[in-house]
Amino acid sequence: MIVIKDLHKSFGKLHVLRGINETIKEGERVVLIGASGSGKSTLLRCLNLLEEPDKGSVIFEGTDLTSPDTNLDKTRCHMGMVFQHFNLFPHKTILENITLAPVYHKLQTKEEATQKAMALLERIGLADKANTYPAMLSGGQKQRVAIVRALAMEPKVMLFDEPTSALDPEMVGEVLELIRQLADTGMTMVIVTHEMGFAREVGTRILFMDEGEIKEQNEPQAFFTNPQHPRLKEFLSKVL
Amino acid sequence: MQQFWQTLVKEFTRTFITDNRWMVFWNGFKNTILITVVAALIGIAIGIVVSVVHYLADSIMHKKKRRSIGDYIVILLDKLLTFYVSVMRGTPLAIQLTIMAFIIMAGFPNKVVVCCVAFGVNSGAYVSEVIRGGINSVDIGQMEAGRSVGLSQIATMRLIILPQAIKNILPALCNEGIAVLKETSIVGLISVVDLTRASDLVRSRTLSPYFPLIAVAIVYYILVAGLSAAVSRLERRMAQSDRH
Repeated sequence: MIVIKDLHKSFGKLHVLRGINETIKEGERVVLIGASGSGKSTLLRCLNLLEEPDKGSVIFEGTDLTSPDTNLDKTRCHMGMVFQHFNLFPHKTILENITLAPVYHKLQTKEEATQKAMALLERIGLADKANTYPAMLSGGQKQRVAIVRALAMEPKVMLFDEPTSALDPEMVGEVLELIRQLADTGMTMVIVTHEMGFAREVGTRILFMDEGEIKEQNEPQAFFTNPQHPRLKEFLSKVL
Repeated sequence: MQQFWQTLVKEFTRTFITDNRWMVFWNGFKNTILITVVAALIGIAIGIVVSVVHYLADSIMHKKKRRSIGDYIVILLDKLLTFYVSVMRGTPLAIQLTIMAFIIMAGFPNKVVVCCVAFGVNSGAYVSEVIRGGINSVDIGQMEAGRSVGLSQIATMRLIILPQAIKNILPALCNEGIAVLKETSIVGLISVVDLTRASDLVRSRTLSPYFPLIAVAIVYYILVAGLSAAVSRLERRMAQSDRH
């Protein structure tokens, strides 16, 4: 579904991604872990080209996103993204946050979009907040709305950029629970997270990033119980 | 004391009643309002265009690949607009107004229109700087969130960034409106009769300075106070999404 070829990215002198090659198949739930500054968020943001790679290519369902002829806006409709800081639109109501993009792209009429948004809000127990503004929600509620906003576009893949890092501890659970439910539906996901227990439970494959490279990857069980690379051993000994 | 009141009434009558002189003030007032409103609208329109072009040019400069012909046009346009802003800020408005009246729009029959254009073009430069600040005040995550749901850069600008930017800069925009209102008092330079010019005309007829000048000052003050009050009401209404 997503093929990453020899991806490089630098910020100034900092070489953040040093040649990433990876293939993500449909239905996979790939979890990226690694220390801060290891390049995992940058890699995720390169997948929908929020970050423009310096070299290499990202191919989504046969379309090379790094080619200048690609209509990125159209591609991004199929790739939902959830941010660390939620990034809800503060001047729009919760309902408008969710319906804005589907209506703008004429994927749904306003009535359909509203109906669908309300059903999604119902599912996460926030239907009564539909006409309030993001400032009135807690962090956990905001992030769940942000997930629903991405889902409203009916994406083929969901990208999560540290979805729980900015949350108070007691709100982490509700967000992880929603992502877990989403995982059960078979949605393809790429998740950057520091929640190791969650990674192990939800991921079908774990990638360990360090110094801009994928140093090790495995299915969750083996990844956590039998790490090979010394850097991964060191990392796991610190976080587990 | 009684003599004082008598003089006051006499002066008032001479300034406003005799020969229907209030009509002069009224027509001047109408021109002041007309020029201010039209100039402010032109200014905001120009300001939005200039600041958005600048934003686009900025983001093109930051990306390494994907330079198309359109990209170069935007960058060139931005350079031209930057020059326009610096000229507008670097020359006196009175000179800009007279250049507009006697060179650029020389022979244009309606001098009020000339004033609207001159003040609008001048104000646009200042408004663009204000809006640029407003755009920068919106979190970068907003643009990313807009793009991530497939909105184009322009669409995100229009639907997500600008509404928040305008809200953040309302007080500054209000100041610009107040500045335009007061600056219109120089249109007498090209013989347009506004409030100020009207008071000059009446004063030169009655040779009495007090009523024409004080009255006009009061009218300006009331207009500015009204504008400020209206904007703070608008601000409160727009702030409803901030309330917890």
